[in-house]
Amino acid sequence: MVLNMGPSHPATHGVLRIILELDGEEILKATPDIGYLHRGDEKIAENMTYTQFIPYTDRLDYLAPLANNVAYALAVEKLLGIDQKLTERCQYIRVICCEMARISSHLLGLGCYAMDCGAMTVFLHTFTEREKIYNLCESLTGARFTTSYTRIGGLSRDLPTGWTDQLRRFLEEVVVVVEDVDKMLTRNRIFVDRTRDVGVITRGQAVDHGLTGPNLRASGVDHDLRKSNPYLCYPELSFDVPIGTAGDCYERYLVRMEEVRQSVRILHQCLDQLPGGPINVADKKIVLPPKEKVLTRMEELIHQFMLVTEGINAPAGEIYFGAENPKGELGFYICSKGGGTPFRMKIRSPSFVTISILQHLLPGHMVSDVTAILGSLDFVMGECDR
Amino acid sequence: MAAIDLAQQLQNLFPGVIGAPVEFRGEITLVVSDARRIAEVCAQAREGLKFDFLVDISSVDRYGEDPRFTVVYELYGHTHHEYLRLKTDVSEEKSELPSVSGLWSGANWHEREIFDMMGIRFTGHPDLRRILMWEGYPHHPLRKDFPVAGKPTDLAEVAFSETAPIEGGPFITATGNADAGRREPRAHESAAD
Repeated sequence: MVLNMGPSHPATHGVLRIILELDGEEILKATPDIGYLHRGDEKIAENMTYTQFIPYTDRLDYLAPLANNVAYALAVEKLLGIDQKLTERCQYIRVICCEMARISSHLLGLGCYAMDCGAMTVFLHTFTEREKIYNLCESLTGARFTTSYTRIGGLSRDLPTGWTDQLRRFLEEVVVVVEDVDKMLTRNRIFVDRTRDVGVITRGQAVDHGLTGPNLRASGVDHDLRKSNPYLCYPELSFDVPIGTAGDCYERYLVRMEEVRQSVRILHQCLDQLPGGPINVADKKIVLPPKEKVLTRMEELIHQFMLVTEGINAPAGEIYFGAENPKGELGFYICSKGGGTPFRMKIRSPSFVTISILQHLLPGHMVSDVTAILGSLDFVMGECDR
Repeated sequence: MAAIDLAQQLQNLFPGVIGAPVEFRGEITLVVSDARRIAEVCAQAREGLKFDFLVDISSVDRYGEDPRFTVVYELYGHTHHEYLRLKTDVSEEKSELPSVSGLWSGANWHEREIFDMMGIRFTGHPDLRRILMWEGYPHHPLRKDFPVAGKPTDLAEVAFSETAPIEGGPFITATGNADAGRREPRAHESAAD
């Protein structure tokens, strides 16, 4: 029997269509069908300046938009050659954004995963905490969701007064909720039965398919870009990276839970060590000059005009930059022929790679395991289809 | 071992086929001049030089230049934490090169996407069909001669695929028309009857 888990399905985490060939309850063949959210971001990027593309990066992994903004800004800054010249304060604030995005994404992933397995209460607990992150994002960037916070060479605005206290209060509350979720799920007989030894991805399979992020680490591969190819101020922060062994759905759940705790640890360190100073690189050809100078002085007026109309003049060349996003390694391959717009921008999406493993992973399981496996892989279609 | 040493080793294994390593912003790029040997080069990079992880395969359309397409392989090694980029050119007439899906299973979907978006075929690929666009879509959208606004095509199962009509369309009520009252009656008007 052929069963179509259509694009409009509550458990497929977005518009993913899986065509399942079944023999009774057992899956013989699974064919994922993607592209329902394909918006042509890479084509659009060829016609936009680097700064104009920042809102499009929000909409890639729309559950952790700050992390996408940071990854994109770092990629363009690597192309421009200013990635080592970012100010200390900018680096710390970007790490704060990335780790907040990680907590937000994992809370949603765990909440929806548990809800798909039947535990609805967990979903409500994690979403209450996510609402607090949305409030923090709103006071920081102006938008709950589509933040567009970073700019090439720095950030769009500095932290508002009282924001760090708000974040500290949130961190105290989120550890309580994480412990509650832990009590509800980790030794829950039903949850363990549904997830233990289900969807096992061996270490070799994970590397062969190109998995990254928590999915790779749950299969036993010790690889975290924040440790192996560090960027921003991660070398100055101390945190652990949870590594699983079995590579099943239960381990992926445990890895994500521990990553939330480690993110809280990183955020405490960032808040304690947050330096003062400017947030933008002091390069007039990259960062927009302050408005009062634009309206009164000639040089700044010309810079403003050139940066807004033609964009930042990037050198010819190509770079690839991968950041450790909550879903895996989000990479940008930018091929530039000089000028303000990229010649080609390829977005290496972790969710695209994660979904590619489904056709090898699902056969042999039962239909009811599909929701557990999809929830544990934690992908998002906006990132997959771009 | 730094990436530059690994790149030199790979170049020495394939003299004449691989050019000198190019460094830009701390990254090493090797250009493979013969696209038909890319699978061999990747196999050697994977086995001998421990680049066990295929990060990404991209394609670039250099419209106006010959050969037109460049296929870019981004490799990474978990043991030495180094990235390496291999590039090879494919002309528009030939538009074909060997698949590396036998080396890394992850290459399967990346190559399908390149076929879908650019139209480059991969010989030896187990299942080369479109992935983001639907089966039977006639164009390759990421080519430079395809406009950003898109081209109208027939979508088999959908009623219409033109841009949504604004004035006078089936779902839009234009304000101020005599017809507006009939289409969207106000509650107090009908209650007065």
